[in-house]
Amino acid sequence: MTTDIVLQQLLNGLTLGSTYALIALGYTMVYGIIQLINFAHGDVYMIGAFVGLTMVVVFGINIWAALFVAMIACVLVAMTIERVAYRPLRRSTRLAPLISSIGVSIFLQTLMTSMKGPQPVGFPQVVSNTIYTIGPVKIALVQIIILLVAAALMIALQLIVKRSKIGKAMRATSEDYDTASLMGVNVNRVISFTFAIGAALAAAGGVLIGMYFNSVFPLMGVMAGLKAFCAAVVGGIGSIPGAVIGGLFIGVAEVFGVAMGLGSYKDAIAFALLILVLLIKPTGILGQPIQRKV
Amino acid sequence: MEELLRQYMNLYYIQVLTLICIMMIAALGLHLITGVTGQLSFGHAAFVGIGAYAAALSNIHWGLPFLICVLLGGLAAALAGVLVGFPSMRLTGDYLGIATLGFAEIVRVILMNMDITGGARGLAGIPRETTLVLAFVLAAVAIWTMYRIQDSRFGRALVAIREDDIAAECNGINGLWYKVSAFAIGSFFAGVAGGLYAHFLQYLNPSGFGFAKSFEILTFVVLGGLGSIPGTVLGTTILTLLPEVLRFSAEYRMMMYGLLMVIMMIFRPRGLLGGVDLLPLLKRMLYSLRKKQTPLNGDGNGRSV
Repeated sequence: MTTDIVLQQLLNGLTLGSTYALIALGYTMVYGIIQLINFAHGDVYMIGAFVGLTMVVVFGINIWAALFVAMIACVLVAMTIERVAYRPLRRSTRLAPLISSIGVSIFLQTLMTSMKGPQPVGFPQVVSNTIYTIGPVKIALVQIIILLVAAALMIALQLIVKRSKIGKAMRATSEDYDTASLMGVNVNRVISFTFAIGAALAAAGGVLIGMYFNSVFPLMGVMAGLKAFCAAVVGGIGSIPGAVIGGLFIGVAEVFGVAMGLGSYKDAIAFALLILVLLIKPTGILGQPIQRKV
Repeated sequence: MEELLRQYMNLYYIQVLTLICIMMIAALGLHLITGVTGQLSFGHAAFVGIGAYAAALSNIHWGLPFLICVLLGGLAAALAGVLVGFPSMRLTGDYLGIATLGFAEIVRVILMNMDITGGARGLAGIPRETTLVLAFVLAAVAIWTMYRIQDSRFGRALVAIREDDIAAECNGINGLWYKVSAFAIGSFFAGVAGGLYAHFLQYLNPSGFGFAKSFEILTFVVLGGLGSIPGTVLGTTILTLLPEVLRFSAEYRMMMYGLLMVIMMIFRPRGLLGGVDLLPLLKRMLYSLRKKQTPLNGDGNGRSV
């Protein structure tokens, strides 16, 4: 591979990876706070993509407004899911909310399949397909938009978590759930808020992917969700920068894997990387080592 | 025997019951890994898949007797289980679960890309050998074996690891050896189930052994009651029957399946039979029945009430 191709693939990989990172953030924040692998998260991302599509096609509104509506819709969906399916199981065994999340995932997938049919639905060309050439690299307008939106959202997330009062409460809750609640943090509200932010980011990811690949389908959240989840684990689950690094890493690795002729093994690349990273560093790249008191 | 059954039973019921027995064997394997030893596995369907393909291929290509094929399927899966068991030395809890999920996805993609397995087109032309009677007998043997394992020195070591692996190691239990053995035995059960499954459906496709199937089996075990054999049996039966019972609602079937999963979990967070010890319960029920029959003073032990 020449340098030009490497640079071009790197750019494509970063574009794909930034959408994985947007989904991975939701997994990592929820896991950081209540140690739940939220398997319904990938389906929230799928709903985001469909709401965005409906807004653009049926209501004919601007793509930015559609992105915003999709984010709001997913926030509501995720907060409802949390309230109905996870909150009653807060104090039970670890596996109970996990099974509950699988149930929610099956429900959302079949709900959307019965509404839209299992086939992919075309996403209209909402931005012009202008391609800019910067040196040896060609970059499409849609790629620029994806990278910029993803970066803006990640910066906004960083500001919320580090600077705002609710962000402080989030960090306190993830540090120690019980102590935080003793210190007057309304833990239920914090958890609900965490689900809301994660869902908003996933919805944005869904709309962006719809724009990028021009198609959305009811089972799109399954593979994307699993890979984003791998990304969160590779980066170190519970760590926000880790999720971003992991997402970009998986995206780039996948694009390079395909470029090297491993196309039919595309879906295995993320998982192979996952196992490799876990075996070398069992808590991921930026994960804190687990301390055990005996 | 099968002919006799067919005279009294609808073919559809026979199919569903056979499937329940097959899935029960697989679920009992996961019960040993996750329920008894406490090692989270999100990739159990991969072992079922390995067993299914190994059994089907050895039947098609080598023409071995059916039961030998099923045994080979079990052994192939056990070998894969040993492979997966080793990382359990370094990975704990959710991380192990995630690693097994990754392993299972890789197995699925490899099955999808191999020539001998027929790839994404699937593998057809497997002779139909699995009968309800055979599946039922093997499921009964599996349940009996599982009780024997749990009631042995080996089984108690596994429970000790589940409760606290550091304390178990301090008491001289070789954690790695027991975890790997649990994975191997659990996978063997899955492989046997896979072999039966292959000779029941007569067609295999890698997409049938993805993580959706893995989570389905995990749900059997957790929803029934983690760590309880009657729970696993009940969970498998209910959750395999549920989609069939919900057939009346056609396209809303899986939607209701998902909803019911959430509802059952909320009302029984420890599983349907979690924390329920059946034997004393049964004794109490028998006792109260007997008491109703003979309304005497006394509790049956010579004491007056």
